[in-house]
Amino acid sequence: MEKFLKAGPATILALLAVFALILPTGCTKKEKETIKVGAILAVTGGASFLGGPEARTIQMLADELNAQGGVNGHMVELIIKDSGANPEKAISFAKQLIEEDKVFAIIGPSTSGETMKIKNIAEEGKTILLSCAAAQVIVNPVAKYVFKTPQKDSDAVKKIYAAMKDKGITKIAVLAGNTGFGKAGKGQLTKIAPEFGIDVVMAEVYDKKSTDLSAVVAKLMANKEIQAVVNWSIVPAQGILAKNMRQAGWNVPLFQSHGFGNIKYVETGGAAAEGIIFPAGRLLAPELLADGDPQKELLINYKAAYESKYNEPASTFGGHAYDAFKILCRAISQVGADKEKVRDAIENLKGFAGTGGVFNFSPTDHNGLAIDAFAMWIVKDGKFAPYQK
Amino acid sequence: MTSELFLQYVFAGLTYGIIYAIVAIGFNIIYNTTGIINFAQGEFVMLGGMIAISLNNFMPMVVAIVLAVMITMVIGALIEIVFIRWLEKPSVLRLIIITIGLSILIREVALHIWGESVRSLPYFVGNEVTSISILGTRISPQVLWVMGVCTVMVLCLSLFFRFTLMGQKMQACAANRTAATLCGINTRNMVTLSFMLSAGIGALAGCVMSPITYTQYDGGTGLAIKGFTVAIMGGLGHSMGAVAAGLLLGLLEAFSVSVLPLAFQDAISISILLVILFVRPHGLFGRKDAAGLKEF
Repeated sequence: MEKFLKAGPATILALLAVFALILPTGCTKKEKETIKVGAILAVTGGASFLGGPEARTIQMLADELNAQGGVNGHMVELIIKDSGANPEKAISFAKQLIEEDKVFAIIGPSTSGETMKIKNIAEEGKTILLSCAAAQVIVNPVAKYVFKTPQKDSDAVKKIYAAMKDKGITKIAVLAGNTGFGKAGKGQLTKIAPEFGIDVVMAEVYDKKSTDLSAVVAKLMANKEIQAVVNWSIVPAQGILAKNMRQAGWNVPLFQSHGFGNIKYVETGGAAAEGIIFPAGRLLAPELLADGDPQKELLINYKAAYESKYNEPASTFGGHAYDAFKILCRAISQVGADKEKVRDAIENLKGFAGTGGVFNFSPTDHNGLAIDAFAMWIVKDGKFAPYQK
Repeated sequence: MTSELFLQYVFAGLTYGIIYAIVAIGFNIIYNTTGIINFAQGEFVMLGGMIAISLNNFMPMVVAIVLAVMITMVIGALIEIVFIRWLEKPSVLRLIIITIGLSILIREVALHIWGESVRSLPYFVGNEVTSISILGTRISPQVLWVMGVCTVMVLCLSLFFRFTLMGQKMQACAANRTAATLCGINTRNMVTLSFMLSAGIGALAGCVMSPITYTQYDGGTGLAIKGFTVAIMGGLGHSMGAVAAGLLLGLLEAFSVSVLPLAFQDAISISILLVILFVRPHGLFGRKDAAGLKEF
């Protein structure tokens, strides 16, 4: 499968040519036109733990859909491009998908930095873009054709600050990776802090490739005022920071962003990951949801299907692509394969349960998720457990 | 600055520093016998870590590490035999391009074998939260393992070069290859040996640092840049210079955090590299006249 993903347009074209030869003779029934859906995902590179599950998820969903006869009789053809989290590549893939492949819609990119680079390209090309990246700037200000499925980073910050307030924490340190996600998160953390009466005493940014943060931990630790640390990144440094803090004998609470929602980080952090508190969607433990919750069944099904097919734990990141794909299919099934109508349908979609929460889109809200899409989690005995104060 | 904080920075700096030094020594060993910089040096470190992690699933860690080092040495030898040995009087530039190509090749192969995820060996002693107290500051025991193993490696290498026949043959190649050939030394074998040796020490460093830094398929690139900086700083070809320069760079990086924002940490090593290349291209500890005799 991976090979197929990487094979690129040439192979896909060749396959199409073969199909074109077979179709007129073998199949007499008139098929409806195939819908081409592009996807720009960071399957390899520094953000591969986002793009990898995302690409595998939509591939699984598309196969499922086509096996069931497609959406409204249209087969869906996925064109997945691996951007390697490189904004330059994302730009050229976006142009290629829009101008040459003339795709119906684009799912992705995986990272906020890439999405911001191609926001205008999608807008000018009048192509629906369903981003799987978190930063709020993607949908604020609203662009007509740009939507996003992950929860807002500002809501994640508010959730964290509310939890801190409960614990009586008022003085904190902020650490962030130097990625689009990290920068946007750091901005939100400093902006929203006063609303909750929280004081950001120190803020530091580290390189996304950092392999050791013990020096900065020493610096923060020297400031006795700090009652908690918030780390905002999507890189392995999430685990490294936890280890460095605990090894230095510093036991203040460590909060992480919703980028921590992958059990692999808990595994790499080992014993040091114990007690990390972070906000994330409900995919992490769907079995704990009340019966009758609109998300429960689909979360359990997605998790089971993904884990049995790919033999790796499902993450909230794959869920973002799941939501993007399902929202697109729902809109197409409502109004047919017309780009403009589908865009309008997405904008007016209400009460749509996805992995990230229940989406209620509107012309002013192209994310559609409220703050209750997040739950607070804590790492307990190497697993995610709901956080109670 | 309190003394505990000072020591905390010192330990952080020494940990990075000794790792940079090992990578730099790897550069130096190959440079000495061939006159080229092997830009795939960082990949040896990554390979050592990755292979040990995979083997550790089937056998005790000590055996896994020993095997991983040996396998990486064989890979180093194969690389030299397949890509470099048969070239007749290759230019320095050509060899350098070959090693850059090799580093990309190894990285891609590693990506296909191990995927993009981050892995690590378990801590040798204790676990992720174990720490020991030294002079009022707390550090992970793994830090001592890294320092200990790397120090022993440096000592063994210097003994090897000084007191064994093989080591002296390699040094002879470094000093003057034509003269060495005339003395009956098989210089080509010495080149293969130098690739094996630098692959081996890189792999061992990759194993001991894995619990601290994690191992990822593209982890070698950053290390190669730092190691290269250190090798240049210490004077190309000087193993002891590399050790001093490595520790210096590590300490500089660690202490820079106390005055500069963390984001500048990597800019420091690159700035140092540029300054050294402009002002003292033969390095802090190298001799100018000796550097003048080299091709590169």
